[in-house]
Amino acid sequence: MKYYDKLVFELSKEGRTGYSLPSNPYPAGPEVPSALRREVPLRLPEVSEPDVVRHYTNLSQMNFGVDTGFYPLGSCTMKYNPKINEEMAGLAGFAGLHPLMHAGLTKGALKVYQEMNKALASITGMYCFTFDPCAGAHGELTGLMIMRQYHMKRGDLRRTKVIVPDSAHGTNPASAAVCGLEVVEVKSLENGRIDVEALKPLLTEEVAGIMMTNPNTLGLFETEIKTIAELVHGIGGLLYYDGANMNPLMGVVRPGDMGFDIMHLNLHKTFSTPHGGGGPGSGPVGVCQRLEDCIPDLKVSGFHGNFGVILRAYAYILSLGKQHLRKVGQYSVLSANYIKECLKDLYKLPIDGVCKHEFVFDGLINDGAHDDVPGATTLDVAKRLLDYGFHAPTIYFPLLFHQALMIEPTETESKETIDAFIDAMRKIAGEAAQDPEILHAAPHNAPITRPDETAAARNPILKYQEN
Amino acid sequence: MARLPYLPHTDSDIRAMLDRIGVQKLEDLYSDVPSEFLKKGAYALPDALSEQEIRDYFASLEAMNARLKVFVGAGAYDHYTPAVIPYLCSRSEFLTAYTPYQCEISQGTLRYIFEYQSMICELTGMDVSNASMYDGPTAAAEAMKMAVACTRKKNRVLLSKGLLPHVIQVVETYARFNGVEIAYVPVTDGQTCINCLKAELDKDDVAGVIVPSVNRYGIIEDHSGFAEAVHDRKGILIEYCDPSALAVVKTPGEWDADIAVGDGQSLGLPLCYGGPYVGFMAVKKEHMRKMPGRIVGQTVDKEGRRAFVLTLQAREQHIKREKATSNICSNESLMALWVTIYLSLMGPEGLREVNRLSSDGAHYLYGELLKTGQFEEVFPGKPFLKEFVLKPKHFPGQMQKRLEEAGFFAALDTEEGYVSFCVTEKRTKAEIDRLVQVIKEG
Repeated sequence: MKYYDKLVFELSKEGRTGYSLPSNPYPAGPEVPSALRREVPLRLPEVSEPDVVRHYTNLSQMNFGVDTGFYPLGSCTMKYNPKINEEMAGLAGFAGLHPLMHAGLTKGALKVYQEMNKALASITGMYCFTFDPCAGAHGELTGLMIMRQYHMKRGDLRRTKVIVPDSAHGTNPASAAVCGLEVVEVKSLENGRIDVEALKPLLTEEVAGIMMTNPNTLGLFETEIKTIAELVHGIGGLLYYDGANMNPLMGVVRPGDMGFDIMHLNLHKTFSTPHGGGGPGSGPVGVCQRLEDCIPDLKVSGFHGNFGVILRAYAYILSLGKQHLRKVGQYSVLSANYIKECLKDLYKLPIDGVCKHEFVFDGLINDGAHDDVPGATTLDVAKRLLDYGFHAPTIYFPLLFHQALMIEPTETESKETIDAFIDAMRKIAGEAAQDPEILHAAPHNAPITRPDETAAARNPILKYQEN
Repeated sequence: MARLPYLPHTDSDIRAMLDRIGVQKLEDLYSDVPSEFLKKGAYALPDALSEQEIRDYFASLEAMNARLKVFVGAGAYDHYTPAVIPYLCSRSEFLTAYTPYQCEISQGTLRYIFEYQSMICELTGMDVSNASMYDGPTAAAEAMKMAVACTRKKNRVLLSKGLLPHVIQVVETYARFNGVEIAYVPVTDGQTCINCLKAELDKDDVAGVIVPSVNRYGIIEDHSGFAEAVHDRKGILIEYCDPSALAVVKTPGEWDADIAVGDGQSLGLPLCYGGPYVGFMAVKKEHMRKMPGRIVGQTVDKEGRRAFVLTLQAREQHIKREKATSNICSNESLMALWVTIYLSLMGPEGLREVNRLSSDGAHYLYGELLKTGQFEEVFPGKPFLKEFVLKPKHFPGQMQKRLEEAGFFAALDTEEGYVSFCVTEKRTKAEIDRLVQVIKEG
């Protein structure tokens, strides 16, 4: 990767254009009345088509994607994005559909929704799905709306609290707050699981439900799920399943069978659609049968959700079929456990035992701190990995450990790639023990070195300004 | 059964990995799962398809959809997409990257988001833009929440009845769960009624007001006096805009709005049955720290080179959890890239030309439709660009159906009993003439 410094605005030259439009065949229509007309200049770049192509190609070369290399980003499920899916989503017969076309004109699109609904219901054990949410957090919000709707429909207006474990994704408490629910945190035990004894006193008639990730963000299966489900249902609450960690359960365990009433899936994680540098995603929400009638009067996005993403996910499901589904879950768990076993002599593993698709280290065992040289932190390890040609794991999450390093390999990486990653992680541990300064200064061969984030926040420059 | 090409594990790889872990078989990796939760029996899924079979199946699905010339807008506009855009957006360094948390190897994403923010500020005339929202309606809903957060004790938000129906529905849904009370400002004579707005503001409990820059009837609204009235009562003025039209109509900045939101779809995104699109939000500087979503900022690296990072993250869910300004995490980054490339190609002249072609085409269609004698004007003399409504003299539902049979998606029935038309630069004069002919023959 090489450093390229331009912004498209800096390529601009008056009189250049990058568009080609037909000549105007119409009689001249009216001008926008002067009182309603834009008066301020419109300072968009004026660039030619080759300029644009070269500029964005240069920008792309400062980026790292799944197609570039291994991307072990915990909780993000950076699996391979199959190319046939891209092609299917781009078919003109789908791309040209106007969202307000009635059912008679969109039979193929509706069939995709129906078949996706059936497939996801089968994979998760839920009754049916809504496809309107555009991302995981959007799905959480929608699911919590359904939860509240359920209680309100029963005339039970006391249910204003939702229980969220301290290990939860940050979106869980944030979604609850956006949905008007008060967040009650439940602690984890030493073994990383929800403390059932701590949960019991929290379960009052004000509790709408609990949000859980299973396996949780430590990659550990919540072994007490059956008891938790009975307790929460016992006080009239509902169980919400955060589908961000669904990948290891594919073909093996179904949230619906564990007692979950509502869940979302991240099609851009579990179902192989590309992350696009932060979206578009798709976060369909599934419910059990008794909640089906709580969905219809919720409108959470403009039309029918991110149809283009749903098409990609459906092509993926067809490629898996009933034959390959189970391998997704199993191989993702196999790879994670393999990495964990190969590195736990050099990195602190706070909770040992079998993990699911991901696991969390709490920094280096020997961080190399000596005299007045500080030891190598998780941030340093992450930045050094970039030099070795790998994306960094998720760092400083979950919040339960100070030096959290969360690794999720997914099922689409070969043993050779995984071994190369393990090798790099071992070398980095060795470097840290020898001379942590190498890590402090990393990355050494990325397009930029570490940026000054404090300055960025203190003196925000958030748009281009001509010199 | 053939292997799935996305799974590289050979039998010997699996064996070696299991041995290293110290378990016998793959099933042992689930020994912590209570056995009653291990799925028994087959999943109700179809048999796995090969790539060729997927292609054939999708072709059969695609063929079930109608292929019509689109003469409808109502929040989703059939503008032309230059070939460069899908070509560049499919570069896998952009497509297969995650959110740019590791900034040193994400400068590509961070730079285009910075460019996107700059362009959205330029279009709207506002100070600060975020990195994108899901779509226009959810951006409006977030703006509603932001208005309440900015004004603290007030929790009523006014919506113009001129907003698109789906925008109103999404804002209503979010409001219902946020304890925000929604009230409506009617449209009189094709324009959000300022006197009705003032009457509501006089109750002194209004946190914010959302008005359309171009409304659901396609009319360019005059918002003279709106900001003054709203600001006199310490409220937040939110403009919902079509960003394409902002090349020619007064900007939210010029109307002195506090927040601008809308859907970037009109900037060359395919219709794609409603998504993915991209919501945008831009605000005055004083509201910057209340804004939801990611923001990219400029800084320098250790060598003093210009570098870009996600900034002002203290507003966001992964830091603030339940105290965050929003729960938004993934947004529509790739579609923001799409918009950024579109605006780079079009430039100021191209965007004005798109408006000119669309508007002239729409006015030509408007005139030709009136000549058929089958329509009445609803808002005579009101200024519009690419979209307008007319009142059909007879059976509107039948007109839409007849047009469908002739290959057009047009004359969309509105809840007021009008029919709505839209013309973009993608429509040709020949198509318009044919559409008018079909109506005449009716």
